[in-house]
Amino acid sequence: MSTDTLVDLDEVLTRYEPVIGLETHVELGTESKMFCGCSTTFGAEPNTQTCPVCLGLPGSLPAANAAAIESTIRIGLALGCRIATWSRFARKNYFYPDIPKGFQTSQYDEPLCTAGHLDVEVDGETYRVEIERVHLEEDTGKNLHVGGSTGRIHGADHSLVDYNRAGIPLVEIVTCPIPGTGAKAPEVARAYVTELREILLALGVSEVRMEQGNLRCDVNTSLAPVGSLDWGTRTETKNVNSLRSVERAVRFEMRRQAAVLDAGERVVQETRHFHEDTGSTSAGRSKEEATDYRYFPEPDLVPIAPDEEGVEKLRAGLPELPAARRGRLSQEWGISATEMAWLVNAGAVELVSDTVAAGASPTDARKWWLGELARRANDAGTDLGELAVTPAQVAELIGLVSAGTINDQLARQALDGVLAGEGDPAAVVESRGLAVMGESDELVAAVEAAIEGNPDVAEKVRGGKVQAIGALVGAVMKTTRGKADAATVKRMLEERLIDS
Amino acid sequence: MSDITTTSAADLSAALHAGDLTSVEVTGAYLDRIAAEDGELGAYLHVDAEAALTAAEAVDAARAAGRELGPLAGVPMALKDVVVTEGVPTTSGSKILEGWRPPYDATLAAKLKAAGTVLLGKTNMDEFAMGSSTENSAYRITRNPWDHSRIPGGSSGGSSAAVAGGLAPWSIGTDTGGSIRQPAAVTGLVGHKPTYGSVSRYGLIAFSSSLDQAGPMTRTVLDAALLHEAIAGHDPYDSTSIDSPVPVLAEAARRGARGDLAGLKVGVVRELGGEGHAEGYEPGVLARFQEAVALLEGMGAEVREVSCPAFDLALPAYYLIAPSEASSNLARFDGVRYGLRVGDDGSRDLDEVMALTREQGFGPEVKRRIILGAYALSAGYYDAYYGQAQKVRTLITRNFAAAYADVDVLVSPTMPTVAFPLGSRVDDPIAMYAADLCTLPASLAGVPAISVPCGLSEGLPVGFQAMAPALGDDRCYRVAAALEAAQDAARGHRLLDELGGRPRPKENTRS
Repeated sequence: MSTDTLVDLDEVLTRYEPVIGLETHVELGTESKMFCGCSTTFGAEPNTQTCPVCLGLPGSLPAANAAAIESTIRIGLALGCRIATWSRFARKNYFYPDIPKGFQTSQYDEPLCTAGHLDVEVDGETYRVEIERVHLEEDTGKNLHVGGSTGRIHGADHSLVDYNRAGIPLVEIVTCPIPGTGAKAPEVARAYVTELREILLALGVSEVRMEQGNLRCDVNTSLAPVGSLDWGTRTETKNVNSLRSVERAVRFEMRRQAAVLDAGERVVQETRHFHEDTGSTSAGRSKEEATDYRYFPEPDLVPIAPDEEGVEKLRAGLPELPAARRGRLSQEWGISATEMAWLVNAGAVELVSDTVAAGASPTDARKWWLGELARRANDAGTDLGELAVTPAQVAELIGLVSAGTINDQLARQALDGVLAGEGDPAAVVESRGLAVMGESDELVAAVEAAIEGNPDVAEKVRGGKVQAIGALVGAVMKTTRGKADAATVKRMLEERLIDS
Repeated sequence: MSDITTTSAADLSAALHAGDLTSVEVTGAYLDRIAAEDGELGAYLHVDAEAALTAAEAVDAARAAGRELGPLAGVPMALKDVVVTEGVPTTSGSKILEGWRPPYDATLAAKLKAAGTVLLGKTNMDEFAMGSSTENSAYRITRNPWDHSRIPGGSSGGSSAAVAGGLAPWSIGTDTGGSIRQPAAVTGLVGHKPTYGSVSRYGLIAFSSSLDQAGPMTRTVLDAALLHEAIAGHDPYDSTSIDSPVPVLAEAARRGARGDLAGLKVGVVRELGGEGHAEGYEPGVLARFQEAVALLEGMGAEVREVSCPAFDLALPAYYLIAPSEASSNLARFDGVRYGLRVGDDGSRDLDEVMALTREQGFGPEVKRRIILGAYALSAGYYDAYYGQAQKVRTLITRNFAAAYADVDVLVSPTMPTVAFPLGSRVDDPIAMYAADLCTLPASLAGVPAISVPCGLSEGLPVGFQAMAPALGDDRCYRVAAALEAAQDAARGHRLLDELGGRPRPKENTRS
């Protein structure tokens, strides 16, 4: 995919300072579309959720969705934005089959919300991300290129368009350029999107499912020589659609741009595509030959003029925001801010909270999500939340361990089963026969076999070298293929070798 | 029954209610005349006689069954082809929409359907309503019934020719810069552009969204008021629709027809044909206009001259704003979803197919305006063109506001000239645009304006325009009705009755 030369990240930072910026698109979870009454349900048969308005048929006119405007204002308030008292939609004119009207109804110089900020924490340090604007627009349809091998337009026989998505309300959240993040730039980018996602979830304005495209990021990256007063030329990496990818995209662009600059060339201002498989980016459309969108105020819609009283009512109705919630949860769970930050960066706060709510202890819940489950997510190359296991299932797993039904090792096998879609933990334990052996005849036999099979060790234990018992426990575990409970085995051995 | 095709719609309505006529008789009379005359006149783009007669039969059957019917039930009508009609071909006068049968009805079409009117057909128009002579139609030339060598006005020229020529009792037109009033003026009809936002635009194929308004084109002021009332009202599907009650207009027309204008303050706009601004105005037009003003004065109106300096800038402002919006409104015609698609033979890519479709689907005037508009909106030029034009628009609105502080209505000729000969201005866009000089200010300010006949000049009709403040449409009807009644009384018959070869309506059917 990419033949770019890359510079090691550590080396990049000896010569360059990164500046990053993020544009995030969020599909709102309103019942109906932005400008018509069509349903927004995901996954329906193509072109079944359309009408004259969202198909852009001649003569049709938009009518703005009040719930979407309200959601946008709530997002703005949660980000500490100024809410405009006068805001207008604008037409962004360009030709493409997935925009049925030949223009996208968006906002230009009169957005609903401006000048906010979001604080994010990386490795104990807080970075303030300034928010330039939050505006409301409509989503486009989806093109499906048929007949090629890549699913891209090149090589395809023909293309189909699905307008079900056309007209779904889309909020765009744009940050100001973020300087001063240095080596942490990739992590700050990821932490920002993570925190934003938490806020959107708390507000309940979107399902924020990145895999369904509810939240899509464009990541801007530029490098400037250390000490330079000017910022470098930026690239815009489009449609980076997972938290992990956001981090990887920034890292890749930093390494690639450094190589370009090292070679004495200049970075081309362009949009770039991110490739999930390789973690690399490749050149797309050059901004230098970009279309002139000929923005002008949308004459088919009246201006939005949120009144102060209404805005204050929305502000008063905001839920507890994630930062405050984390403060409270840290206290309830008895963990430090740094430990909480780990949870945040892993995208695990809600998962842990839900696991606790399902009956697990905070310590166990954290241990599982940050330990075994984080390892699994990492191996699978996905985000934690995308693992095929629910907090309730994790709580059930923890419950089985606490009850002594299974031990940690068996629990990992039970998790294998859950992830493989074999059902809830208890069902997997049952079907895979994973339960810990009680003091059964089989276990007694195994214990006695271990003593008989290792007379030297047994003698040492009898002679007072108690720690040598570990070898005998290991032997029993081996013969029982891990199903025995180590503590039980130890006690049984002690009864036979010490107490008698 | 040939007098059916010269009778006013109000009289037809009365005759239908009284049982003197059936809708099938009325509809049939119009269809016969269309069959006989429209080959020459060119008023229609689409006529479905069978569907019209079926609709008429249904109304007659309902009436025979004693069902309660509205006043317009059974009266035929014609719609300008810019109005989207479910299952009925709708082209907006363009090849790019040839063969398109919409899956929905415009709000006003649905209202007229629900009122029991019978759709005779869709009338010819300048492509996408861009023009002042209907010569920009991609399909056919429409002739002025008063003189077949002359234009019927535009862009609603099919509607004006149909109603004046007796091919429809009345019609719906649309007006962006004068496209109802100017064709009404040159064919001796009444045409009213309602207050912007008072008639739903949902289902009107957009030319310039901030200017487009649909309205009545009729033989009498009362007819215009009745048809206007039938299509007015708030529509949640049109965000620019004004949420106010349907205006009471027929009553205003009846009151005006009694001829008492005592206390009404009338402002004659100096910039529209007055002293120092008469260049391009035909003397006959100005003479008829002044006679009409004198008539109003005779009925008790207080007449004074009013100056609205920004009106001089209306033409350039309009020809930036309307094309700018049009360039965007017409972007959807890309050959992807409906209508014409050219060059999709597997050898061309998407951009080429879109470009070819638009190249072949749009006529020269439409292309001219798209290019003009795209230029006016482009980065670096926006402020100088679109931005400036919007400022002029604000100035014009302020001129109106200042004038209405002193007077109740503003008046002017509707058009500087009578109908010009077909072909005389097609190669001179600026001369063509000048036909809209008097109608543009009201369009830009969104205020209501009516055109009512005020006599003939060189044997051709002259229009008198009355403009009122926003939502003051009733004032337009009151003044127009007074003028119409006074003139009809003076000449002993309606102006339209002087149209050669047309029978006069039976006196006893007038109510």
